[in-house]
Amino acid sequence: MDLLTFKLILVLALFLLSLTIAAYSTWAERKVAAIMQDRIGPNRSGPFGLLQPLADGGKFFFKEDFTPQNAEKFLFVLGPALVMFISLITGAVIPWGRTLNIGGESFDLQVANIDVGVLFIIGMASIGVYGIMIGGWASNNKYSLLGAIRASSQMISYELAMGLALLSIIMMTGSLDLKVITETQTSGKIWGLFEIDGLNWNILYQPLAFLIFFVAALAETNRHPFDLPECESELVTGYSTEYSSMKLGLYMFGEYVNMFISNAFMVVLFFGGYNYPGIEWVTQNWGENAAGILSIVAFLTKTVVGILIFMWIRWTLPRFRYDQLMHLGWKTLIPLALVNLMITGAVILAFGN
Amino acid sequence: MKLTNRSKVVSNKEMTLAEKIYLPAIFKGMGITFKHAVRTVIKGAPAVYSYPEVQKPRADIWRGQHVLKRDEEGRERCTACGLCAVACPAEAITMTASERTREEKDLYREEKYASVYEINMLRCIFCGMCEEACPKSAIYLTDRLVDVETNRGSFIYGKDKLVEKINERIDITERQSEKQKNAVK
Repeated sequence: MDLLTFKLILVLALFLLSLTIAAYSTWAERKVAAIMQDRIGPNRSGPFGLLQPLADGGKFFFKEDFTPQNAEKFLFVLGPALVMFISLITGAVIPWGRTLNIGGESFDLQVANIDVGVLFIIGMASIGVYGIMIGGWASNNKYSLLGAIRASSQMISYELAMGLALLSIIMMTGSLDLKVITETQTSGKIWGLFEIDGLNWNILYQPLAFLIFFVAALAETNRHPFDLPECESELVTGYSTEYSSMKLGLYMFGEYVNMFISNAFMVVLFFGGYNYPGIEWVTQNWGENAAGILSIVAFLTKTVVGILIFMWIRWTLPRFRYDQLMHLGWKTLIPLALVNLMITGAVILAFGN
Repeated sequence: MKLTNRSKVVSNKEMTLAEKIYLPAIFKGMGITFKHAVRTVIKGAPAVYSYPEVQKPRADIWRGQHVLKRDEEGRERCTACGLCAVACPAEAITMTASERTREEKDLYREEKYASVYEINMLRCIFCGMCEEACPKSAIYLTDRLVDVETNRGSFIYGKDKLVEKINERIDITERQSEKQKNAVK
C-alpha cells in the first residue's frame, strides 16, 4: 500500500470518526445530564436511545430552513460552514496512534506531520471564532451580534492564557511538533525517580499549566460554565438566534466536533497522547500492530473520558457572569500562566532538562 | 422591620483564599453530581415515570373530568335544579330541565331531570364547586383526565360523555364526605 492510499483512508476514517463521536456526544450529553439529575434521558429511539442522533439529524434536515430577510445571505451561510470546516480540519495534525505495519511498511497514524502542529491547532481554533462572529453579524439581529461579540472577546481573552500555558510544554519539549511532544512522553524517568514506560506524561510535570489550559479549553469550545455566546436567558441563545434547520445543526455539531478535537489536543499535550503504560513492552513482545491498535484505543479512551469530564462540569456548574469571566481570564489565568512559565524556565535552566 | 425569623444578615466579608480560587467548591459540586450519577446508574432513576406506559398515580380526590352519577337502580340522580350552574365560578355548566313522563320512571330518580346537560371543559377550572353544591349527590369530579381534542366544539361535553354508563359505574366513594354518603340514602 502506498503512502497516499493510506493517508486517504486515514482522512476518511478520521472524518467519519469525528462525525460519529460528535453525534454520539449529543446523545451522551443528554444521558449524562439525565443521570446527574436523577432522570433516564433518551430511551425511546433504539436501545438506550442510541438512535437519537439519527432522529435529531433527520429533524434538523426536514425543518424549515429560514433566512431572515435583511440578513447578509452569503455570510449567513458561510458562518456555520466555517465552524464545521475548521473544527474538522484540525484533526489532521493530531497523532491518533503510534504506527501500523501494513505489508512490511510502517505508517504513522497522523494525516499531516507538520512541524508546527501546535501553532496550526491554535491558529485554527482562533479562526473558528470567525464562524461565530460572521454568523452573529450576518443575522442582522442585536442579540445575535451581542452573542457574537461576547464569543469573540471571550475567545481572544482565553487564547492568551491557553497559549501561555502551552508555552511551558513547548519549552519542556523543545518542539512544536505534536508527534515529538507525544514521543517525549513515551519513556524517561518520572520526576527523575522511577521508570514506567509510556507513563512519563506532561501533566505530572505541569499540573498548573494543565489546569489553565483546561479552563481555557472550556472557554474556547464555548462549554459551560463559559458558554456566554449562547445564553438562553439573556441573549435568546446569542449568535445562533436566527439560525434554523441544518445551519443551526452545523453550529451545534461543530461545537461537539470542537470539543472532541480539543480533548484530543489536550490528551496529546498533557496525557501522553497515544502512550499507555507498558507501550514499549507491548511493542517488543506482541509486535508493532498490536501496540499500534492498543495506542489508538488508549488515545480514544482518554479523549472520551475528557469529553465526559467536560459534560460533567457542564451539568454541575452554573454559567459565569460576563465580567467574572473576563476577570478570571485576564486577572487570574494570564498572570498564573506567566508565573508558571517563569518557574518552568527557571527549573529548566537550573537542572538542564 | 422584621417580618420573619428567616432573614439572613448579609455580609461583605473578604473571601478566604480557598473560596477565592473556586476549586474546592467546584470539586465539591462535582462530587454531588457524581453521587447522583452513580446512584441513578446503580439504582435507576428515582424521579421518573415512563409516562405513556406508567401513569403518575393521582390522589384519590384529584379533580378531573366530571361524572353524572346514577343511583343504585340505574336512574340518573340529577334533578336539574341548577345549583351547580349557579355555583360554578367559570359559568361552564348549562342545562335544560324537563319533566319526566310516567314511562321514564326507571330512567330518572326525580320528577324533573336534565334533558340537556353540558359542561364546557375549556371554561371549567376544576374547582369542585359543582359537587359541593349538588343536593342530590349527582355530580362528582373523578380522577380521569379530559381527553385531548383538536377543535373547540368537542370540548363541550354533553350527557353522552358525562353520565356514567350503566354497566361501567365510576367509583367515587373515596371523595364523598360522610355527610354526602348519608345524604344519598
